[in-house]
Amino acid sequence: MKSKSIENFMKIVFFISATMSIIAIVLICIFIFAGGIPFIQEYGLKNFLLGTEWKPNNTPSSFGILPMILGSIYVTIGAIIIGVPIGILTATYLAKFCNKKIYKFLKPSINLMAGIPSIVYGFFALVVVVPIIRNIFGGTGMNIITASILLGIMILPTIINISEASIRAVPRSYYEGSIALGASHEKSILSVVLPTAKSGILSSIILGIGRAIGETMAVILVAGNQARMPAGLAKGIRTLTTNIVIEMAYAADEHRQALIATATILFAFILIINGIFLTIKRRTNNG
Amino acid sequence: MNKFVIKNMNLYYGNFHALKGINMNINENEITALIGPSGCGKSTLLKSLNRMNDLVEKCKIQGDILLDGEDIYAENFDVNLLRKRVGMVFQKPNPFPMSIYDNIAYGPRTHGIKNRSKLDEIVERSLKAAAIWDEVKDDLKKNALRISGGQQQRLCIARALAVEPEVLLMDEPTSALDPISTAKIEDLIQELKKNYTIVIVTHNMQQATRVSDKTAFLLNGELIEFDQTVDLFSIPKDKRTEDYITGRFG
Repeated sequence: MKSKSIENFMKIVFFISATMSIIAIVLICIFIFAGGIPFIQEYGLKNFLLGTEWKPNNTPSSFGILPMILGSIYVTIGAIIIGVPIGILTATYLAKFCNKKIYKFLKPSINLMAGIPSIVYGFFALVVVVPIIRNIFGGTGMNIITASILLGIMILPTIINISEASIRAVPRSYYEGSIALGASHEKSILSVVLPTAKSGILSSIILGIGRAIGETMAVILVAGNQARMPAGLAKGIRTLTTNIVIEMAYAADEHRQALIATATILFAFILIINGIFLTIKRRTNNG
Repeated sequence: MNKFVIKNMNLYYGNFHALKGINMNINENEITALIGPSGCGKSTLLKSLNRMNDLVEKCKIQGDILLDGEDIYAENFDVNLLRKRVGMVFQKPNPFPMSIYDNIAYGPRTHGIKNRSKLDEIVERSLKAAAIWDEVKDDLKKNALRISGGQQQRLCIARALAVEPEVLLMDEPTSALDPISTAKIEDLIQELKKNYTIVIVTHNMQQATRVSDKTAFLLNGELIEFDQTVDLFSIPKDKRTEDYITGRFG
Protein backbone atom coordinates (compact mmCIF):
# COMPACT_ATOMS: atom_id res chain seq x y z
CA MET A 1 0.00 0.00 0.00
CA LYS A 2 2.80 2.34 0.96
CA SER A 3 4.92 1.58 -2.09
CA LYS A 4 1.86 2.23 -4.25
CA SER A 5 1.43 5.73 -2.85
CA ILE A 6 5.14 6.46 -3.32
CA GLU A 7 4.81 5.32 -6.89
CA ASN A 8 1.88 7.63 -7.45
CA PHE A 9 3.70 10.50 -5.81
CA MET A 10 6.77 9.98 -8.00
CA LYS A 11 4.56 9.79 -11.05
CA ILE A 12 3.27 13.26 -10.23
CA VAL A 13 6.81 14.55 -9.66
CA PHE A 14 7.94 13.26 -13.04
CA PHE A 15 4.84 14.65 -14.70
CA ILE A 16 5.41 18.12 -13.22
CA SER A 17 9.06 18.05 -14.29
CA ALA A 18 8.04 17.12 -17.79
CA THR A 19 5.40 19.84 -17.92
CA MET A 20 7.81 22.53 -16.73
CA SER A 21 9.64 22.83 -20.03
CA ILE A 22 6.38 22.82 -21.94
CA ILE A 23 4.98 25.54 -19.69
CA ALA A 24 8.14 27.56 -20.23
CA ILE A 25 7.91 27.36 -24.03
CA VAL A 26 4.20 28.17 -23.95
CA LEU A 27 4.83 31.19 -21.71
CA ILE A 28 7.60 32.39 -24.00
CA CYS A 29 5.30 32.09 -27.00
CA ILE A 30 2.52 33.99 -25.26
CA PHE A 31 4.81 36.74 -24.02
CA ILE A 32 6.63 37.21 -27.30
CA PHE A 33 3.52 37.22 -29.46
CA ALA A 34 1.34 39.18 -27.03
CA GLY A 35 4.13 41.74 -26.69
CA GLY A 36 4.97 42.03 -30.36
CA ILE A 37 1.78 41.57 -32.33
CA PRO A 38 -0.08 44.72 -31.10
CA PHE A 39 2.82 46.91 -32.22
CA ILE A 40 3.08 45.12 -35.58
CA GLN A 41 -0.69 45.59 -36.09
CA GLU A 42 -0.47 49.26 -35.26
CA TYR A 43 2.65 49.98 -37.30
CA GLY A 44 1.76 47.64 -40.17
CA LEU A 45 3.48 44.35 -40.87
CA LYS A 46 4.69 45.52 -44.25
CA ASN A 47 6.13 48.77 -42.90
CA PHE A 48 7.79 46.90 -40.08
CA LEU A 49 9.29 44.03 -42.09
CA LEU A 50 10.17 45.94 -45.25
CA GLY A 51 10.94 49.36 -43.84
CA THR A 52 14.54 50.29 -44.52
CA GLU A 53 14.85 52.97 -41.84
CA TRP A 54 15.37 52.22 -38.16
CA LYS A 55 15.26 55.63 -36.50
CA PRO A 56 13.56 55.31 -33.12
CA ASN A 57 14.67 58.79 -31.99
CA ASN A 58 13.35 60.71 -34.98
CA THR A 59 10.02 62.45 -34.88
CA PRO A 60 8.07 60.80 -36.26
CA SER A 61 10.17 57.74 -35.47
CA SER A 62 10.52 54.93 -38.01
CA PHE A 63 10.86 51.28 -37.16
CA GLY A 64 11.79 49.34 -40.29
CA ILE A 65 13.73 46.19 -39.47
CA LEU A 66 14.63 45.10 -42.99
CA PRO A 67 18.27 46.13 -42.41
CA MET A 68 18.45 43.87 -39.39
CA ILE A 69 16.66 40.99 -41.12
CA LEU A 70 19.10 41.24 -44.01
CA GLY A 71 21.97 41.60 -41.54
CA SER A 72 20.97 38.39 -39.81
CA ILE A 73 20.49 36.57 -43.11
CA TYR A 74 23.81 37.77 -44.53
CA VAL A 75 25.92 36.76 -41.55
CA THR A 76 24.09 33.43 -41.35
CA ILE A 77 24.74 32.70 -45.02
CA GLY A 78 28.35 33.71 -44.47
CA ALA A 79 28.58 31.38 -41.47
CA ILE A 80 27.12 28.54 -43.54
CA ILE A 81 29.57 29.14 -46.39
CA ILE A 82 32.49 29.01 -43.96
CA GLY A 83 31.26 26.53 -41.39
CA VAL A 84 29.42 23.87 -43.39
CA PRO A 85 32.23 22.58 -45.63
CA ILE A 86 34.71 22.58 -42.75
CA GLY A 87 32.17 20.97 -40.43
CA ILE A 88 31.11 18.18 -42.79
CA LEU A 89 34.67 17.37 -43.80
CA THR A 90 35.72 17.32 -40.15
CA ALA A 91 32.82 15.02 -39.28
CA THR A 92 33.78 12.71 -42.17
CA TYR A 93 37.37 12.71 -41.00
CA LEU A 94 36.36 11.92 -37.42
CA ALA A 95 33.99 9.13 -38.42
CA LYS A 96 35.93 7.46 -41.21
CA PHE A 97 39.56 8.51 -41.47
CA CYS A 98 41.27 9.44 -38.23
CA ASN A 99 42.93 6.92 -35.96
CA LYS A 100 41.92 6.40 -32.36
CA LYS A 101 44.77 8.46 -30.95
CA ILE A 102 43.85 11.60 -32.89
CA TYR A 103 40.16 10.99 -32.23
CA LYS A 104 40.73 10.91 -28.49
CA PHE A 105 42.22 14.38 -28.75
CA LEU A 106 39.98 15.88 -31.44
CA LYS A 107 36.59 14.83 -30.15
CA PRO A 108 36.87 16.38 -26.67
CA SER A 109 38.32 19.52 -28.26
CA ILE A 110 35.23 19.88 -30.43
CA ASN A 111 32.97 19.23 -27.47
CA LEU A 112 34.88 21.91 -25.60
CA MET A 113 34.18 24.32 -28.47
CA ALA A 114 30.48 23.80 -27.83
CA GLY A 115 30.93 24.77 -24.20
CA ILE A 116 32.90 27.99 -24.62
CA PRO A 117 30.73 31.03 -23.72
CA SER A 118 29.87 33.07 -26.79
CA ILE A 119 31.32 36.26 -25.34
CA VAL A 120 34.70 34.50 -25.29
CA TYR A 121 34.34 33.74 -29.00
CA GLY A 122 33.40 37.35 -29.56
CA PHE A 123 36.43 38.56 -27.67
CA PHE A 124 38.67 36.20 -29.62
CA ALA A 125 37.27 37.54 -32.88
CA LEU A 126 37.66 41.11 -31.65
CA VAL A 127 41.35 40.80 -30.85
CA VAL A 128 42.38 38.30 -33.55
CA VAL A 129 40.03 38.40 -36.54
CA VAL A 130 39.10 42.10 -36.56
CA PRO A 131 42.71 43.35 -36.99
CA ILE A 132 43.33 40.88 -39.80
CA ILE A 133 40.17 41.93 -41.65
CA ARG A 134 41.03 45.59 -41.00
CA ASN A 135 44.43 45.07 -42.64
CA ILE A 136 42.97 43.34 -45.66
CA PHE A 137 39.80 45.36 -46.30
CA GLY A 138 40.47 48.60 -44.45
CA GLY A 139 37.79 50.36 -42.39
CA THR A 140 37.11 49.27 -38.84
CA GLY A 141 37.37 45.56 -39.49
CA MET A 142 33.94 45.08 -37.93
CA ASN A 143 31.71 43.89 -40.73
CA ILE A 144 29.82 41.06 -42.40
CA ILE A 145 32.98 39.11 -43.18
CA THR A 146 34.24 39.21 -39.60
CA ALA A 147 30.88 38.21 -38.17
CA SER A 148 30.57 35.41 -40.75
CA ILE A 149 33.97 33.99 -39.85
CA LEU A 150 33.14 34.16 -36.16
CA LEU A 151 29.74 32.50 -36.59
CA GLY A 152 31.23 29.96 -39.00
CA ILE A 153 33.53 28.86 -36.18
CA MET A 154 30.79 28.92 -33.58
CA ILE A 155 28.46 26.59 -35.50
CA LEU A 156 31.21 24.02 -36.10
CA PRO A 157 30.53 21.86 -33.02
CA THR A 158 26.82 21.64 -33.85
CA ILE A 159 27.49 20.62 -37.44
CA ILE A 160 30.39 18.30 -36.63
CA ASN A 161 28.71 16.39 -33.81
CA ILE A 162 25.38 15.79 -35.54
CA SER A 163 26.95 15.02 -38.92
CA GLU A 164 29.45 12.63 -37.35
CA ALA A 165 26.67 10.76 -35.56
CA SER A 166 24.67 10.44 -38.78
CA ILE A 167 27.72 9.29 -40.76
CA ARG A 168 28.43 6.66 -38.12
CA ALA A 169 24.81 5.51 -38.28
CA VAL A 170 25.16 4.50 -41.93
CA PRO A 171 25.17 0.68 -42.01
CA ARG A 172 28.61 -0.73 -42.68
CA SER A 173 27.15 -2.99 -45.35
CA TYR A 174 26.81 -0.01 -47.73
CA TYR A 175 30.46 0.81 -47.35
CA GLU A 176 31.46 -2.83 -47.80
CA GLY A 177 29.24 -3.17 -50.85
CA SER A 178 31.06 -0.27 -52.46
CA ILE A 179 34.52 -1.53 -51.49
CA ALA A 180 33.65 -4.96 -52.90
CA LEU A 181 32.99 -3.34 -56.29
CA GLY A 182 36.54 -2.08 -56.38
CA ALA A 183 35.84 1.47 -55.21
CA SER A 184 38.48 3.13 -53.05
CA HIS A 185 37.93 4.09 -49.41
CA GLU A 186 37.50 7.77 -50.37
CA LYS A 187 35.16 7.04 -53.26
CA SER A 188 33.03 4.73 -51.10
CA ILE A 189 32.67 7.37 -48.41
CA LEU A 190 31.98 10.30 -50.75
CA SER A 191 29.62 8.47 -53.11
CA VAL A 192 27.80 6.05 -50.82
CA VAL A 193 28.22 6.84 -47.13
CA LEU A 194 27.80 10.64 -47.22
CA PRO A 195 24.74 10.60 -49.53
CA THR A 196 23.15 8.03 -47.23
CA ALA A 197 23.78 10.29 -44.25
CA LYS A 198 22.49 13.38 -46.06
CA SER A 199 19.34 13.93 -44.03
CA GLY A 200 21.34 13.91 -40.78
CA ILE A 201 23.88 16.25 -42.31
CA LEU A 202 21.09 18.54 -43.50
CA SER A 203 19.64 18.55 -39.99
CA SER A 204 23.02 19.57 -38.60
CA ILE A 205 23.17 22.46 -41.06
CA ILE A 206 19.70 23.64 -40.08
CA LEU A 207 20.52 23.51 -36.39
CA GLY A 208 23.70 25.41 -37.24
CA ILE A 209 21.59 28.06 -38.98
CA GLY A 210 19.43 28.29 -35.87
CA ARG A 211 22.50 28.74 -33.75
CA ALA A 212 23.95 31.41 -36.05
CA ILE A 213 20.77 33.44 -36.40
CA GLY A 214 20.22 33.48 -32.65
CA GLU A 215 23.76 34.35 -31.64
CA THR A 216 24.05 37.74 -29.97
CA MET A 217 26.86 38.55 -27.60
CA ALA A 218 29.68 37.43 -29.89
CA VAL A 219 28.22 39.16 -32.92
CA ILE A 220 27.72 42.43 -31.05
CA LEU A 221 31.49 42.74 -30.59
CA VAL A 222 32.48 42.38 -34.24
CA ALA A 223 29.58 43.23 -36.55
CA GLY A 224 29.81 47.00 -36.34
CA ASN A 225 26.13 47.26 -35.38
CA GLN A 226 25.15 50.08 -37.74
CA ALA A 227 21.37 50.05 -38.17
CA ARG A 228 21.38 50.62 -41.91
CA MET A 229 20.87 48.63 -45.06
CA PRO A 230 23.89 46.37 -45.68
CA ALA A 231 26.23 48.23 -47.99
CA GLY A 232 28.82 45.57 -48.74
CA LEU A 233 30.65 42.61 -47.29
CA ALA A 234 33.30 44.82 -45.76
CA LYS A 235 30.72 47.13 -44.17
CA GLY A 236 29.23 46.85 -40.71
CA ILE A 237 25.72 45.53 -40.13
CA ARG A 238 23.33 44.97 -37.27
CA THR A 239 21.45 41.73 -36.69
CA LEU A 240 17.98 41.18 -35.19
CA THR A 241 19.46 39.92 -31.94
CA THR A 242 21.97 42.69 -31.44
CA ASN A 243 19.34 45.30 -32.29
CA ILE A 244 17.39 44.20 -29.24
CA VAL A 245 20.33 44.01 -26.86
CA ILE A 246 21.82 47.34 -27.84
CA GLU A 247 18.66 49.39 -27.39
CA MET A 248 16.60 47.56 -24.80
CA ALA A 249 18.35 49.19 -21.87
CA TYR A 250 17.07 52.68 -22.67
CA ALA A 251 14.03 52.00 -24.83
CA ALA A 252 10.58 53.11 -23.68
CA ASP A 253 6.99 53.04 -24.96
CA GLU A 254 6.72 52.53 -28.70
CA HIS A 255 10.46 51.98 -29.10
CA ARG A 256 10.37 49.25 -26.48
CA GLN A 257 7.38 47.63 -28.19
CA ALA A 258 9.23 47.74 -31.52
CA LEU A 259 12.11 45.85 -29.94
CA ILE A 260 9.78 43.20 -28.55
CA ALA A 261 8.24 42.96 -32.02
CA THR A 262 11.77 42.45 -33.38
CA ALA A 263 12.05 39.51 -30.99
CA THR A 264 8.73 38.21 -32.33
CA ILE A 265 10.10 38.19 -35.86
CA LEU A 266 13.30 36.48 -34.67
CA PHE A 267 11.20 33.92 -32.84
CA ALA A 268 9.17 33.30 -35.97
CA PHE A 269 12.41 32.67 -37.87
CA ILE A 270 13.51 30.15 -35.24
CA LEU A 271 10.12 28.41 -35.37
CA ILE A 272 10.37 28.12 -39.14
CA ILE A 273 13.89 26.72 -38.91
CA ASN A 274 12.83 24.16 -36.31
CA GLY A 275 9.81 23.26 -38.41
CA ILE A 276 12.08 22.50 -41.36
CA PHE A 277 14.32 20.48 -39.06
CA LEU A 278 11.40 18.40 -37.79
CA THR A 279 10.07 17.84 -41.29
CA ILE A 280 13.41 16.51 -42.47
CA LYS A 281 13.69 14.29 -39.42
CA ARG A 282 10.19 12.91 -39.85
CA ARG A 283 10.75 12.22 -43.52
CA THR A 284 13.93 10.30 -42.63
CA ASN A 285 12.18 8.20 -40.01
CA ASN A 286 9.49 7.26 -42.47
CA GLY A 287 12.07 5.76 -44.74
CA MET B 1 42.26 -24.35 -65.38
CA ASN B 2 43.03 -23.07 -61.90
CA LYS B 3 41.58 -19.65 -61.21
CA PHE B 4 42.72 -19.43 -57.62
CA VAL B 5 45.61 -21.34 -56.09
CA ILE B 6 45.81 -21.17 -52.30
CA LYS B 7 49.14 -22.33 -50.94
CA ASN B 8 49.73 -23.06 -47.27
CA MET B 9 47.65 -20.10 -46.17
CA ASN B 10 47.34 -19.14 -42.51
CA LEU B 11 45.16 -16.33 -41.27
CA TYR B 12 45.14 -14.73 -37.84
CA TYR B 13 42.72 -12.31 -36.21
CA GLY B 14 45.03 -10.93 -33.54
CA ASN B 15 46.07 -14.04 -31.63
CA PHE B 16 43.24 -16.15 -32.99
CA HIS B 17 44.40 -18.62 -35.62
CA ALA B 18 41.35 -18.57 -37.91
CA LEU B 19 42.61 -20.49 -40.94
CA LYS B 20 45.27 -23.17 -40.65
CA GLY B 21 47.47 -24.26 -43.54
CA ILE B 22 44.86 -24.09 -46.27
CA ASN B 23 45.83 -25.60 -49.63
CA MET B 24 43.26 -25.64 -52.39
CA ASN B 25 42.76 -24.90 -56.05
CA ILE B 26 39.62 -23.30 -57.37
CA ASN B 27 38.82 -24.14 -60.96
CA GLU B 28 37.69 -21.73 -63.61
CA ASN B 29 33.99 -21.84 -64.60
CA GLU B 30 33.15 -24.15 -61.75
CA ILE B 31 31.08 -23.62 -58.67
CA THR B 32 32.98 -24.31 -55.49
CA ALA B 33 30.98 -24.56 -52.27
CA LEU B 34 32.48 -23.95 -48.84
CA ILE B 35 30.61 -25.71 -46.05
CA GLY B 36 31.16 -26.21 -42.35
CA PRO B 37 29.70 -25.27 -38.99
CA SER B 38 29.51 -21.65 -37.80
CA GLY B 39 32.90 -20.22 -36.96
CA CYS B 40 34.81 -22.80 -39.02
CA GLY B 41 36.40 -20.08 -41.17
CA LYS B 42 34.49 -20.55 -44.41
CA SER B 43 33.46 -16.89 -44.69
CA THR B 44 36.94 -15.82 -43.67
CA LEU B 45 38.42 -17.96 -46.45
CA LEU B 46 35.95 -16.45 -48.93
CA LYS B 47 36.79 -12.90 -47.90
CA SER B 48 40.51 -13.52 -48.20
CA LEU B 49 39.97 -14.13 -51.93
CA ASN B 50 39.06 -10.48 -52.62
CA ARG B 51 40.92 -9.11 -49.61
CA MET B 52 37.80 -7.90 -47.80
CA ASN B 53 39.66 -9.10 -44.72
CA ASP B 54 41.85 -6.03 -45.13
CA LEU B 55 38.98 -4.11 -43.53
CA VAL B 56 39.27 -6.18 -40.37
CA GLU B 57 41.67 -4.80 -37.84
CA LYS B 58 44.58 -6.99 -36.78
CA CYS B 59 43.98 -9.48 -39.55
CA LYS B 60 47.23 -11.09 -40.69
CA ILE B 61 47.75 -13.48 -43.57
CA GLN B 62 50.66 -15.82 -44.32
CA GLY B 63 51.15 -18.00 -47.36
CA ASP B 64 50.07 -17.32 -50.93
CA ILE B 65 46.82 -16.80 -52.75
CA LEU B 66 47.36 -16.69 -56.49
CA LEU B 67 44.79 -15.38 -58.97
CA ASP B 68 45.77 -16.48 -62.48
CA GLY B 69 49.24 -17.09 -61.10
CA GLU B 70 49.62 -13.66 -59.49
CA ASP B 71 49.97 -13.20 -55.74
CA ILE B 72 47.02 -11.01 -54.71
CA TYR B 73 48.71 -10.13 -51.41
CA ALA B 74 51.85 -8.87 -53.17
CA GLU B 75 52.88 -5.35 -52.26
CA ASN B 76 52.25 -3.88 -55.70
CA PHE B 77 48.96 -5.68 -56.38
CA ASP B 78 46.14 -3.18 -56.95
CA VAL B 79 43.49 -4.17 -54.41
CA ASN B 80 40.75 -2.11 -56.09
CA LEU B 81 41.44 -3.87 -59.37
CA LEU B 82 41.37 -7.20 -57.53
CA ARG B 83 37.90 -6.44 -56.19
CA LYS B 84 36.77 -5.45 -59.66
CA ARG B 85 37.95 -8.84 -60.96
CA VAL B 86 36.63 -10.75 -57.95
CA GLY B 87 33.11 -9.56 -57.18
CA MET B 88 31.19 -10.30 -54.03
CA VAL B 89 27.59 -10.86 -52.98
CA PHE B 90 26.85 -10.59 -49.30
CA GLN B 91 24.70 -12.58 -46.92
CA LYS B 92 22.23 -9.77 -46.41
CA PRO B 93 21.21 -7.94 -49.58
CA ASN B 94 22.90 -4.55 -49.39
CA PRO B 95 21.74 -2.39 -52.29
CA PHE B 96 22.75 1.24 -51.94
CA PRO B 97 19.94 3.63 -50.98
CA MET B 98 19.68 4.98 -54.50
CA SER B 99 17.78 4.05 -57.66
CA ILE B 100 18.03 0.61 -59.22
CA TYR B 101 19.78 2.17 -62.19
CA ASP B 102 22.32 4.00 -60.06
CA ASN B 103 23.03 0.86 -58.06
CA ILE B 104 24.07 -1.00 -61.19
CA ALA B 105 25.84 1.97 -62.74
CA TYR B 106 27.81 2.67 -59.57
CA GLY B 107 30.56 0.14 -60.27
CA PRO B 108 31.11 1.01 -63.95
CA ARG B 109 31.05 4.74 -63.08
CA THR B 110 33.64 4.14 -60.38
CA HIS B 111 35.86 2.50 -62.96
CA GLY B 112 35.56 5.43 -65.32
CA ILE B 113 32.60 4.74 -67.61
CA LYS B 114 30.64 8.00 -67.96
CA ASN B 115 28.95 7.53 -71.33
CA ARG B 116 25.20 7.41 -70.80
CA SER B 117 24.32 4.97 -73.57
CA LYS B 118 27.17 2.67 -72.56
CA LEU B 119 25.86 2.74 -68.98
CA ASP B 120 22.30 2.04 -70.18
CA GLU B 121 23.62 -0.97 -72.03
CA ILE B 122 25.56 -2.26 -69.00
CA VAL B 123 22.56 -1.80 -66.72
CA GLU B 124 20.31 -3.75 -69.05
CA ARG B 125 22.85 -6.51 -69.65
CA SER B 126 23.62 -6.91 -65.92
CA LEU B 127 19.97 -6.96 -64.86
CA LYS B 128 19.23 -9.52 -67.58
CA ALA B 129 22.17 -11.66 -66.50
CA ALA B 130 20.85 -11.58 -62.94
CA ALA B 131 17.36 -12.58 -64.13
CA ILE B 132 15.67 -9.48 -62.71
CA TRP B 133 15.36 -7.30 -65.81
CA ASP B 134 11.75 -8.24 -66.55
CA GLU B 135 10.68 -7.40 -63.02
CA VAL B 136 12.29 -3.96 -62.78
CA LYS B 137 12.75 -2.69 -66.34
CA ASP B 138 9.80 -0.32 -66.04
CA ASP B 139 10.96 1.39 -62.88
CA LEU B 140 14.70 1.67 -62.97
CA LYS B 141 14.34 5.00 -61.16
CA LYS B 142 12.73 3.34 -58.16
CA ASN B 143 14.70 3.31 -54.93
CA ALA B 144 16.39 -0.07 -54.63
CA LEU B 145 15.34 -0.38 -50.99
CA ARG B 146 11.69 -0.57 -52.07
CA ILE B 147 11.91 -3.89 -53.91
CA SER B 148 11.60 -7.26 -52.17
CA GLY B 149 14.49 -9.00 -50.41
CA GLY B 150 14.85 -11.61 -53.14
CA GLN B 151 14.86 -8.93 -55.82
CA GLN B 152 17.38 -6.92 -53.81
CA GLN B 153 19.73 -9.89 -53.70
CA ARG B 154 19.48 -10.42 -57.46
CA LEU B 155 20.02 -6.68 -57.86
CA CYS B 156 23.21 -7.05 -55.80
CA ILE B 157 24.31 -9.89 -58.07
CA ALA B 158 23.58 -7.67 -61.08
CA ARG B 159 25.56 -4.89 -59.44
CA ALA B 160 28.51 -7.22 -58.99
CA LEU B 161 28.24 -8.40 -62.61
CA ALA B 162 28.17 -4.83 -63.92
CA VAL B 163 31.93 -4.38 -63.38
CA GLU B 164 32.57 -7.52 -65.46
CA PRO B 165 34.28 -9.64 -62.82
CA GLU B 166 35.94 -12.97 -63.50
CA VAL B 167 35.05 -14.52 -60.17
CA LEU B 168 31.93 -14.14 -58.05
CA LEU B 169 32.15 -14.75 -54.30
CA MET B 170 28.85 -15.41 -52.55
CA ASP B 171 28.61 -15.38 -48.79
CA GLU B 172 25.46 -17.34 -47.90
CA PRO B 173 23.53 -15.40 -50.56
CA THR B 174 20.18 -17.02 -49.83
CA SER B 175 20.19 -17.32 -46.06
CA ALA B 176 18.05 -14.20 -45.65
CA LEU B 177 15.58 -15.18 -48.37
CA ASP B 178 12.38 -17.19 -48.72
CA PRO B 179 12.35 -20.56 -50.57
CA ILE B 180 11.04 -19.16 -53.84
CA SER B 181 13.65 -16.40 -54.00
CA THR B 182 16.27 -19.00 -53.00
CA ALA B 183 15.29 -21.24 -55.90
CA LYS B 184 15.54 -18.30 -58.30
CA ILE B 185 19.01 -17.43 -57.06
CA GLU B 186 20.15 -21.05 -57.26
CA ASP B 187 18.98 -21.27 -60.88
CA LEU B 188 20.77 -18.05 -61.55
CA ILE B 189 24.01 -19.35 -60.05
CA GLN B 190 23.86 -22.35 -62.40
CA GLU B 191 23.34 -19.99 -65.30
CA LEU B 192 26.24 -17.73 -64.29
CA LYS B 193 28.66 -20.65 -64.13
CA LYS B 194 29.08 -20.51 -67.92
CA ASN B 195 30.83 -17.17 -67.72
CA TYR B 196 32.11 -16.90 -64.19
CA THR B 197 34.02 -18.79 -61.58
CA ILE B 198 31.85 -18.96 -58.48
CA VAL B 199 32.74 -19.61 -54.87
CA ILE B 200 29.78 -19.90 -52.55
CA VAL B 201 29.64 -20.20 -48.80
CA THR B 202 26.55 -21.98 -47.62
CA HIS B 203 25.06 -23.27 -44.42
CA ASN B 204 22.66 -25.39 -46.34
CA MET B 205 24.07 -28.74 -47.44
CA GLN B 206 21.21 -29.41 -49.85
CA GLN B 207 22.13 -26.16 -51.52
CA ALA B 208 25.75 -27.25 -51.82
CA THR B 209 24.69 -30.52 -53.46
CA ARG B 210 22.24 -28.73 -55.73
CA VAL B 211 24.48 -26.02 -57.06
CA SER B 212 28.15 -26.86 -56.69
CA ASP B 213 30.67 -28.86 -58.68
CA LYS B 214 33.19 -29.14 -55.88
CA THR B 215 32.76 -28.82 -52.15
CA ALA B 216 35.23 -27.97 -49.43
CA PHE B 217 34.48 -28.90 -45.84
CA LEU B 218 36.11 -26.75 -43.18
CA LEU B 219 36.26 -27.34 -39.46
CA ASN B 220 37.96 -25.15 -36.85
CA GLY B 221 39.97 -23.34 -39.49
CA GLU B 222 41.23 -26.47 -41.21
CA LEU B 223 40.34 -27.73 -44.65
CA ILE B 224 39.21 -31.24 -43.81
CA GLU B 225 38.14 -32.44 -47.21
CA PHE B 226 37.89 -30.98 -50.70
CA ASP B 227 36.46 -33.04 -53.50
CA GLN B 228 33.86 -33.34 -56.24
CA THR B 229 30.53 -32.54 -54.61
CA VAL B 230 29.03 -35.87 -55.64
CA ASP B 231 31.92 -37.76 -54.08
CA LEU B 232 32.15 -35.70 -50.91
CA PHE B 233 28.50 -36.20 -50.09
CA SER B 234 28.24 -39.85 -51.12
CA ILE B 235 31.58 -41.27 -50.03
CA PRO B 236 33.27 -38.84 -47.65
CA LYS B 237 36.85 -39.88 -46.94
CA ASP B 238 37.11 -38.27 -43.54
CA LYS B 239 35.09 -39.37 -40.51
CA ARG B 240 34.49 -35.72 -39.52
CA THR B 241 33.05 -34.88 -42.92
CA GLU B 242 30.75 -37.84 -42.66
CA ASP B 243 29.61 -36.82 -39.18
CA TYR B 244 28.90 -33.29 -40.37
CA ILE B 245 27.02 -34.09 -43.56
CA THR B 246 24.94 -36.74 -41.82
CA GLY B 247 23.96 -34.13 -39.28
CA ARG B 248 25.75 -35.48 -36.23
CA PHE B 249 27.02 -32.02 -35.33
CA GLY B 250 26.97 -28.45 -36.61
